[in-house]
Amino acid sequence: MKRTFLQRCAAAPHLVWCALFIIAPLFFVAYYAFTDSSGAFSTENIQRFFTAEYLSILLNSVCLALIATVVCLIIAYPLAYIISRMGDKGQRMMMLLIMIPLWMNFLITTYSWMTILQDTGIINSILSFFGLGTLNMINTPGAIVVGMVFCYLPYMVLPIYSVMAGIDKSLLEASRDLGCGTLGQLTGVIMPMSVSGVVSGITMVFVPSISTFYISQKLGGGKIQLIGDSIESQFISYNNYHFGAALSLVLMILILISTAIMNYFTDEDEKGREKRDTQRRALK
Amino acid sequence: MKKILTFAAVLTALAAIMIFASGCSGSDDELYVYNWGEYISDGSEGSLDVISEFEDYYYELTGRTITVHYTTYPSNEDMYAKISAGTSSYDVIFPSDYMIERMISEGLLQSINIEEVCESYGVECNYQYIDDMYRGLFFDEDGEYSIPYTYGMVGIIYNTTMVDEADVEELLSDEDSTGWELLWNEKYSGKILQFNNSRDGFATAQYMLGIDVNSTLESDWRTALDKLLEQKPLVQSYVMDEIFNKMESGEAAIGVYYAGDYFTMLENNENLAFYYPSPTNVFVDCMCIPAESENPEIAALFINYMLSEEIAVANAEAIYYASPNSLVYTNEDYIEYMGEEAMEVLYPEGYNFSEELNAYAYRNLDSETLEVVSSLWEELKISGGMSFSVYVVFGVIAVVIIAAIAAVVVRKKKRERNY
Amino acid sequence: MKTASKIYLALVFIFLYAPIAVMILISFNSSDSTTQFAGFSLRWYREMLNDKNTLEALKNTLVLSFCAAVLSTLIGTAAAIGIDGMKRRWVKGAVMSVTNIPMMNPDIVTGISLMLLFVFAGSVTGVVSFGFATLLIAHVTFDLPYVMLSVLPKLKQMDKNLPEAATDLGCTPLQSFFKVELPLIAPGIITGFIMAFTLSFDDFVISNFTSGSSYETLTIHIYSMIKKSVKPDVYALSTVIFLVILVLLVFYNFSESSDERAARKKRDADKRRSKELRRLRGETKKSKS
Repeated sequence: MKRTFLQRCAAAPHLVWCALFIIAPLFFVAYYAFTDSSGAFSTENIQRFFTAEYLSILLNSVCLALIATVVCLIIAYPLAYIISRMGDKGQRMMMLLIMIPLWMNFLITTYSWMTILQDTGIINSILSFFGLGTLNMINTPGAIVVGMVFCYLPYMVLPIYSVMAGIDKSLLEASRDLGCGTLGQLTGVIMPMSVSGVVSGITMVFVPSISTFYISQKLGGGKIQLIGDSIESQFISYNNYHFGAALSLVLMILILISTAIMNYFTDEDEKGREKRDTQRRALK
Repeated sequence: MKKILTFAAVLTALAAIMIFASGCSGSDDELYVYNWGEYISDGSEGSLDVISEFEDYYYELTGRTITVHYTTYPSNEDMYAKISAGTSSYDVIFPSDYMIERMISEGLLQSINIEEVCESYGVECNYQYIDDMYRGLFFDEDGEYSIPYTYGMVGIIYNTTMVDEADVEELLSDEDSTGWELLWNEKYSGKILQFNNSRDGFATAQYMLGIDVNSTLESDWRTALDKLLEQKPLVQSYVMDEIFNKMESGEAAIGVYYAGDYFTMLENNENLAFYYPSPTNVFVDCMCIPAESENPEIAALFINYMLSEEIAVANAEAIYYASPNSLVYTNEDYIEYMGEEAMEVLYPEGYNFSEELNAYAYRNLDSETLEVVSSLWEELKISGGMSFSVYVVFGVIAVVIIAAIAAVVVRKKKRERNY
Repeated sequence: MKTASKIYLALVFIFLYAPIAVMILISFNSSDSTTQFAGFSLRWYREMLNDKNTLEALKNTLVLSFCAAVLSTLIGTAAAIGIDGMKRRWVKGAVMSVTNIPMMNPDIVTGISLMLLFVFAGSVTGVVSFGFATLLIAHVTFDLPYVMLSVLPKLKQMDKNLPEAATDLGCTPLQSFFKVELPLIAPGIITGFIMAFTLSFDDFVISNFTSGSSYETLTIHIYSMIKKSVKPDVYALSTVIFLVILVLLVFYNFSESSDERAARKKRDADKRRSKELRRLRGETKKSKS
């Protein structure tokens, strides 16, 4: 009894922090989104979002962010699995190696990607050296996806790995004793248990990629406008805080809804498991 | 376990010390300078470090120590966002013409009493060396709020190994063409760079079509948009600083940027050439003191110092932009350092600066026009950006996700029935 | 299988390190281009050492990220434990949703909204000045969800019977927390700390709006070169940072493995002792019979 009370108190500083620095600033966003420049209530800004231009910008952003997220997941899942099967020392080493690129300034690494992908860049120089002709990679949606995957891949690997590494080894042994092959282990034990890591990973990759603006400008050649670009230019170039706030409010609600849906499914899974466990215990 | 706890305690203590220590500074006076990135002589490669020189100069002059806090911004708009929010007090800023107009009208700048300040410190006032042509310009007719630092024009840079000289000569000799047409030449499709900011981007079309760049008519902006839409398939990318990279490496053949920066690119790729279209954009960047400044006297002294011969020359040599300061453009070392070609390009002969500026500079646009501009620029960016295959991939992924969700739901239903 | 996974690892690391390799190469460039390699020189390293502004910005960034990481790890870990103990699902959900807002908001919105808040607070109280404090608050705010995201899964995985068992065995709740739970979730906390540090170190947008006239971080410094071209001495600086991290990593591994060796020695000694004991016991049994 005392314990849980103490435990709950631990969250208090955080709750205060949230109220002051997360909720209160949001009030300002909402205020700007629903007022015009004279300060009177208006839904004009929100309405302006629902015009063909901004909807197609949103669609493009969702498209690229989703593709980048899926690519990250496809790359990160086996990676996390391989790493979690290594020795302790290997695991630590590998995870730090995956973290290091995050330390490099993303402005500089994005520039480096330009140098790599350009028509006169490194890959094309190599290709033409072997007489294979050149590939047009820069200034395409693909290049943007590459940039996003590079920037956010570690955020996908980390949570998945940390869950996988935490899976009790005896569970795997048990499943092997019960006749599971590697594949059976993977689908029967590891996959269901790593769902929470995957969900964290998806959120951590999808959200920053949907609102990115630097990468799309540099690697997409500024030809593809993403919602992040629009928000940035409304706040900075056009000094229109009201419309900028409206754009971000809509984007935020959209993201909240999609994560809520995702959490609903994973939570349900866990709830089901908990229920099963209690029933089993009761049967005993 | 103890080890981890001690380690955590040490970390926390360290953080606390740092938080405490970061509020202190040990000098008599302080000055906050907010400038464009890479827009001053900063001591690189044996040049003069203007900021620390000023700190020494100030100590010699007054016997007091000073710390100059030097921070930087990437665009006028970024700077404006900070100043207008009143988030912190700066003492010297470097806005461009239209931004000065706007800041004066919003009361964000204070007048600079440079002559009085110089008198009180007993130093020579260098404002007299600013040529009359650069004083009392449209944004600040009495010259009360701003002191010019640099000026320049926008021009077209092209790679002589990729662009046919005949095409350029034809444009320049033809009375009817403005010079901007090179950016619309289909021969160089996929090799053309356009500005990636709405104001400069629209202006290229507006100057070519003879439309006022400060028009408040939506139809005018739409005409310019149509021209830009026509250009989009030819454009390799919309760029800002990437132009250095792309022109130097020969990735692109034609680009449009500020005259001073052409010489930076030329250093790394000698095949580049440059010309001014006519009409073209003219800009002037000035030194100003924000209304909130707490040390306007020291700020004015700093501005005066920036105008003194040695310092002004060092700055002009470091950033390659033209200087309105006669101490600079008549300085023989400077002329020799820049070379003949650069002097011709940066200080074109017989060029009536104030007339051109009044006719072709950007003015501050009202918020309604800005809204139109932003919508139209967005329209440009949307058209034909994404290839169809991206949507196909997206569709496939969406279908897979929906199927997965359905599978989860079905499985769960089954499981519930079992228990 | 083994070789396949090795090839896979190699490919991923090539992808992750290709831009870094390019960056290192360019930092040794003799011209000031960031694309054309003209020849080898240490010019930009010399420049970097003389570049007062860049070094100052680096120092500021390090101090700020470190403080933000410590503070957010403390608050975040405590909060994760608190939230994990909450019984009502919807409360848990609500708190987590609020926490995640800075992560889901575009950075620029977080930055601007915090700026508006600080401006408002400043106009009401008249004591808020933009600088280290505002930056620290902003950084902690966006670091928090990442810390919690690393700690919470560890708590979820932990067997809830363990702390219970500890209290049954006579531990006070605090003791059971420090002796049982903390070691179990420590890897999550460390990941969270490292992540918070990394995020702060690399943040530009939020810092840009919450910084003041006296405190410039490295990313702001680099981003402001956007109109003119980026000076390659920041490439040199990044290369140095990269090397420093590599060295730290090697050290870290080395010290950990010496720890492990000590642990193994102890384990071996224990084993030997118990074997000895068993043998002795066996002998006594034998002699008895």
